[in-house]
Amino acid sequence: MLLGFDPMSLLTPDLGLVFWTTIIFLVFWLLVGKFAFKPIAKAIKDRDQNIADALTAAEKAKAEVQQMHSDNASLLKEAREESAKILKEAKELKDSIVAEAHHSAKEEAAKIVANAKIEIDAQKKAAMAEVKNEVSKLSLEIAQKVVGRELDSTKDQQNFITSLVDKLN
Amino acid sequence: MTRHLHILFLLITLSFSYALKANSELQNPVHSDSAATHEELSVTDRVVEHIMNHVADANVNHLGTIKEEGKEDHHITIELPCILYRKATENQAGKWSFFMSSKFHHGHEAYEGYKLDEHTGRVVDANTGTRDTFYDLSITKNVFNMLLGFIILSIIFFTIKSAYVKRQGQAPKGIQAFFEPIIVFLIDDIAKPNLGDKYEKYLPYLLCVFFFILINNLLGLVPFLGSINSSGNISFTMVLATCSLLLINISGNKHYWQHIFAMPGVPKWALAILTPVEIMGVILKPAVLMLRLFGNITGGHITVLAVVGLIFIMGEYATKMSGATAGTLISFPILLFVNAIELFVAFLQAYIFTLLTGIFIGAAIEEHHH
Repeated sequence: MLLGFDPMSLLTPDLGLVFWTTIIFLVFWLLVGKFAFKPIAKAIKDRDQNIADALTAAEKAKAEVQQMHSDNASLLKEAREESAKILKEAKELKDSIVAEAHHSAKEEAAKIVANAKIEIDAQKKAAMAEVKNEVSKLSLEIAQKVVGRELDSTKDQQNFITSLVDKLN
Repeated sequence: MTRHLHILFLLITLSFSYALKANSELQNPVHSDSAATHEELSVTDRVVEHIMNHVADANVNHLGTIKEEGKEDHHITIELPCILYRKATENQAGKWSFFMSSKFHHGHEAYEGYKLDEHTGRVVDANTGTRDTFYDLSITKNVFNMLLGFIILSIIFFTIKSAYVKRQGQAPKGIQAFFEPIIVFLIDDIAKPNLGDKYEKYLPYLLCVFFFILINNLLGLVPFLGSINSSGNISFTMVLATCSLLLINISGNKHYWQHIFAMPGVPKWALAILTPVEIMGVILKPAVLMLRLFGNITGGHITVLAVVGLIFIMGEYATKMSGATAGTLISFPILLFVNAIELFVAFLQAYIFTLLTGIFIGAAIEEHHH
């Protein structure tokens, strides 16, 4: 069989091809590797870093907003509680003031009434005593006029009439 | 759905182009002076020869031949520069030659003492017909493929780089968005898990290896560029594997070397066996990288062309037309399948080479804590 090729040539490195492959690959490595792949890899890495940072920052901001939100809510709740408390206290104060006033007015009134009663009683007693005195005096005079001079011993008569008047009560 | 249709269309186009290319070359064996010997070859041998010449290197990128009755064959080629250095002999000093391969007129003429072998498409000495009287530093079709890949990758990645600089911190757009997932995948899947904190130092190399292999694999699948098997050439894989070998061993720390020469915790007598194995491993790891890429890509090219060759073999053994039709019907679906697999393999092999390089470097720089 006369074939126009040498089968071993397939497995034999060719000087010229080795030479050119080396040059082309090394130039490719130095040129594209250094001036294209390196910056590309760096750009991809930087961008990945940026994205990761941005995501972290966003997460943080979200958490902050959440925090602020809950802070606001608690603040609002506190304020509400405070106002409710103040209102309650004010109401209590008002009630107590009113109750106090009521109480003291009542006491005052009672005192005035009591005082008035005492005064009235005293006046009444005095008036009674005076009336009694007046009556006994009048009775004595009337009796003197009725009985005339027969009654000498005035002193005894006086006592007698006084006792009578006392009985009248 | 449309995407699937696109892919299908692409594969059909690829398959047709392969078939057309193989057709034009097989129907018109490109040779004149050795025609007599070549005619004796059976069609199977010619298919084998065509395949083996295709996967090897050549000094001209031959895309196809148009043959018309009564006219001279018209070769469609991409002519490539020849850079040759004739070795010094007793009578003659060494001599550089620079010229385009078009000077050979498709093998019909010799130029400066060189001629083009029509089967292999390689420059040979016009007198001896061998390649050992000179050094060939020509831009061959594999070098052409690599340069094309280099230019494409440079344009792509410098465009992407400027996009990253211009649109700093923004979401990727356009071509940048297309490549970013691939780059991020390589960073997250290969660099970071294997290299840890030091991944940034080795990342440019890993990306270079990945994309350089990938672009050569993919360009090798484009028939109208000649489906050049550059990443399946042993020289190509050897250079990349050597770079990995050097990088791995230059990066290797104290622990790495200690594990090679004196594995801790292993009895002295066992070291006598283990150390030579470990030293062999230093060379074997990159050697396996070299052979795996070579085997997979060359194997893929051979498979595709073998399936195409089926058309011509069946055409020869049955009556020409019906055999070729049957061969086409059989090989076409297989070809679609194999092409799809090749597309996948192009990515897979680039990934595996990069992954293993990453793992080996990672093992060499790992800090051991015993």
